Amino acid sequence: MEIVLAIAIMALGAVVLGAALGFASVKFKVEGNPLVEKIEGILPQTQCGQCGYPGCRPYAEAIAQGDEINKCPPGGMEGVQKLADLLGREVKALDAEEKPKQVAVIDENTCIGCTLCIQACPVDAIVGAAKQMHTIVAGLCTGCELCLPPCPVECIRMEAVGENLDNWKWKYPIVEIKATPPSARDAATAGSAGIKEAA
Amino acid sequence: MLRELFRFKGGVKLPANKTQSTGLPIAVAPLPSRLAVPLHQSIGGKPRPVVQAGDRVRKGQLIGEADGWISAAVHAPTSGAVAEVAMHVQPHPSGLDALCVVIEPDGRDEWIERTPVDYRTLTLEELRARLQQAGVVGLGGAVFPTHGKLTPAKTVPMDELVINGAECEPYITCDDLLMRERAEEVVRGAGIFRDLLQPKKVLIGIEDNKPEAAAAMRAAVDALGEPFSVVVVPTLYPAGGAKQLIRVLTGKEVPASKRSTDLGVQCFNVATAYTAWRAIAHGEPVVSRIVTVTGNVQAPRNYEVLLGTPMNELLGLANPHPDTGGIIMGGPMMGFLVPDPRAPVTKATNCLIAHDERLFPPKPPEMPCIRCGACAEACPHELQPFEMYWFARAKNFGKTQEYHIFDCIECGCCSFVCPSRIPLVQYFRFAKSEIWAREREKNAADGAKARFEFKQQREEREKAEKAEKLARAAAAQAAKKAAEAAAAAAAPDHAPDHAPDHAPDHAPASAAAAAAPPPVAVDAEKAAKMATIQAAIERAKAQREAARPKNTEALSADQQRAVAEIEQRRAVLEPVLTDAAAAAGESPGKAE
Amino acid sequence: MMLAPAPFLLKEVSVRRVMTQVCIALLPGIAAYTWLIGPAILVQLVIASLTALLAEAVMLKVRGKPLPLFLADGSALVTAWLIALVFPPLAPWWLVALGAVFAIVVAKHLYGGLGQNPFNPAMIAFAVCIVAFPALMSQWPSVGLQLATADQINVILGLAPRVDALSGATPLDALKTALKLGEGEVDVAQLLANQDIFGNFAGRGWEWVAAGYLLGGLWLWRRRIITWHVPVAFAAGLTAISGALWLYNPAHFASPLFHMFSGGAMLGAFFIATDPVSGCTTPRGKLIFGAGAGVIAYVIRVFGGYPDGVAFAILLMNLGAPLIDLLCQPPIFGMKDKA
Repeated sequence: MEIVLAIAIMALGAVVLGAALGFASVKFKVEGNPLVEKIEGILPQTQCGQCGYPGCRPYAEAIAQGDEINKCPPGGMEGVQKLADLLGREVKALDAEEKPKQVAVIDENTCIGCTLCIQACPVDAIVGAAKQMHTIVAGLCTGCELCLPPCPVECIRMEAVGENLDNWKWKYPIVEIKATPPSARDAATAGSAGIKEAA
Repeated sequence: MLRELFRFKGGVKLPANKTQSTGLPIAVAPLPSRLAVPLHQSIGGKPRPVVQAGDRVRKGQLIGEADGWISAAVHAPTSGAVAEVAMHVQPHPSGLDALCVVIEPDGRDEWIERTPVDYRTLTLEELRARLQQAGVVGLGGAVFPTHGKLTPAKTVPMDELVINGAECEPYITCDDLLMRERAEEVVRGAGIFRDLLQPKKVLIGIEDNKPEAAAAMRAAVDALGEPFSVVVVPTLYPAGGAKQLIRVLTGKEVPASKRSTDLGVQCFNVATAYTAWRAIAHGEPVVSRIVTVTGNVQAPRNYEVLLGTPMNELLGLANPHPDTGGIIMGGPMMGFLVPDPRAPVTKATNCLIAHDERLFPPKPPEMPCIRCGACAEACPHELQPFEMYWFARAKNFGKTQEYHIFDCIECGCCSFVCPSRIPLVQYFRFAKSEIWAREREKNAADGAKARFEFKQQREEREKAEKAEKLARAAAAQAAKKAAEAAAAAAAPDHAPDHAPDHAPDHAPASAAAAAAPPPVAVDAEKAAKMATIQAAIERAKAQREAARPKNTEALSADQQRAVAEIEQRRAVLEPVLTDAAAAAGESPGKAE
Repeated sequence: MMLAPAPFLLKEVSVRRVMTQVCIALLPGIAAYTWLIGPAILVQLVIASLTALLAEAVMLKVRGKPLPLFLADGSALVTAWLIALVFPPLAPWWLVALGAVFAIVVAKHLYGGLGQNPFNPAMIAFAVCIVAFPALMSQWPSVGLQLATADQINVILGLAPRVDALSGATPLDALKTALKLGEGEVDVAQLLANQDIFGNFAGRGWEWVAAGYLLGGLWLWRRRIITWHVPVAFAAGLTAISGALWLYNPAHFASPLFHMFSGGAMLGAFFIATDPVSGCTTPRGKLIFGAGAGVIAYVIRVFGGYPDGVAFAILLMNLGAPLIDLLCQPPIFGMKDKA
């Protein structure tokens, strides 16, 4: 008799919990996949297509479906790390080489005003019109390099964005000390802070 | 007069080291060999240069015009010729360059036509504009354009105007001497601010280690008959910080998230008041400032220095001892070692300290944090520096903001008292600049995404419009053909045997015909475009050819012989050169 | 040129100075201890210090840290002295050594070294030893039994048998046992009147040791090594609960004075609960930490299984310290009316 009672109680508990879960899955259903939004927030919005997808949103959706997280060179290893932290996946080395931040520059002597680069730029960073001089607004350029192939006179080149007073950052105050010979050790003390004996 | 003074938590007592440089009055520094005047000397927009190489300028002439409301103009400090407008090393911890106007003085120090004006005849807007055009910025170190601080809040009445003569950092005495020698002009400048802000009270705060300055200011206030209060405050670092002085004099606490005008109080440095008066009453834009030159020097004193003076030349006036290891710009608590001593003096330079290991012993190595809490006790903003340190070190920037990292004024009290010798302020600076950089990146990324999406939309819209246009054109063609066919059918002598054949074909044919003209038209357009592009490619190729050296082929016999000789000589030297290169590790081409 | 950052002025402080001052502050208590209980404590201090420094050196080497810098900072020494002071003075040398090694290796370095231990290492050592060796840790010298120094040392080194007469009880232990045996029919005041065991008010000899710790603690406070919050809160917590119960039933509960001056209360209040690494750092947090430790110590003493609960009380509060700190963040400059 007791065993029947025990089974009945367990079954009742299961039914109650199941009903609660079902109710919750209907009442609290979230439209769309919020994960995609989060992933897209981490991607650098360069819209360059180096990952193989036509833009950052399609790649975000692909990652949510299970695609690899190491296909985005503009995001760099930092981006891979952030995606790994968000999704709980392993950090892998980048597929392609990580390049420093660059912007495209048009050589105005050679530009013919053909507007092919304007059509190619995914973020509308090039100003110009047919037969008028084209110029790239450096502040809007994401460095995706999609304008280089279409240019028939090859007048666009990539320039690395160096450090200037506007984007200069203080460095991390901890200088990692590895076992180095004495001469190299003196060189290693140069930095924006004193040596920290990392504890 | 007796006044209730408030206290702020934290702060540290420091050895003042001020008497070294107060013995002598302010000396006017001689003209340096060259002046490199940076264009961007204030917070806010970068002034645009309005002169170019070769221009002659006079003292006080505009060389950089303000860009936007929060920006201040820059003027030539002396008369001379503009050598160049070029990048020059800046007095910044990074040692990076920025655009400067380099002036070679002609020795005459000739002023422009100065236009003094009685400020009471100007409207408030005109007065502010004058101050902006004269380049008046906060000279306490923050270099915020002063005209931007001279508007009271709309809803909160202005209770107090605080004039900051506290100068709490050790070694610095420029404000002290300014108050001793030019107190009247400081008070008059404060009067201008008073008239712009209309506060109920004007309080001039001076630390109690400056009795002469306090006396001079009191005398000036009395002589001018102004109802200002000169208040002597206890010496404690950092009582001279704007927020700390406001707290001491008025009891109000201004957090980072609020502006002081929201609490009805505004604070200006004494030197700012002085330059404001000179700008308005004497028509003199800001071209110089008082700088204390002290530290490991034989003759420390205060100088009135032209902006753009190279720092090593200025330091030289005080005869630094030979073992000087560097120049600190600012005080020992908040200053920094200038990476390149040729950097120019700017509006933010209040003091140069010759660095020496006796005065500033090298720091012991950093130990782990023992959470003793000494830093939290010393912090004048009552923050928890050790918590910010742990999170900044872990690069957990969200948490650093939860612990109010942007309220940190980087005064250095926490680093001063830390028993483990942790350079706490460095961690906070790192965290703050990282957070700002990330914010910039995020804004850029958001902007890029928005433009990308807009472009997608635009392309789709254009496609839709084109399709619509095509469809309408097709329909129009169809209608036209139908009308023609009807006309043809109506007229029997118009090839009647064709009519039955054509009629059934008409509908599709007309559609095809309708479809035909637009493609033909597009093809023609495209063909023309391709032709132009082809022509341009040819032109570009030609240009490239032109740029390449033409004389490497079809050499004459003489030329060939000369070339052969040189090749022979090179073949003989080649092994010697490569050996030398291997030994020295340097490329043979370097030997000049 | 190495660009050292501001500030270029530094106060004359260091971790070593702080730890040295803590050791100096312990001296009055140690002096009283030696004079009234016996010089065995000095031997224990030496054993504990040597073992602790050795363990620290080994761990630093293993972790690849610079030895001279960290060995000289004095933190291992402070831990060692506290261990020696809370363990029975005639405990076998290997027990003290074990405690010291456990404290340094496990409770300190395995968590990350200086500044990273979530629990007080000395208290961890005590807790581990009293749970693993309860009999040995309860063998306190009978008060009044003045063994010769040589004999004391022999007992410690295991060269002389541990005689039963040795296993006396601390005043707290004596009180607890008597109360248990008496089964509620004993008058605490009468018990405590026995001056042979209980001295003037808190244990013959032991009360002076506690007074020595109080003196040292006050000196530490004057030197601004510790703030007033933790000792005052500890005393307040202990006094409040013991006072309340004592007023309620003085026959059954001892007075707050007794509790404050016996066992590890004074040592705990000034030297152990004030450990900055494992305790709270915000002012309000310190008050809660101290009061909590005082109350829990009393509860364990009176209602729990161990005669002295200070060690476990402090360890329990160490558990809650991060949360207490998080919840007790003081409002910053300019945000006080919002808080």
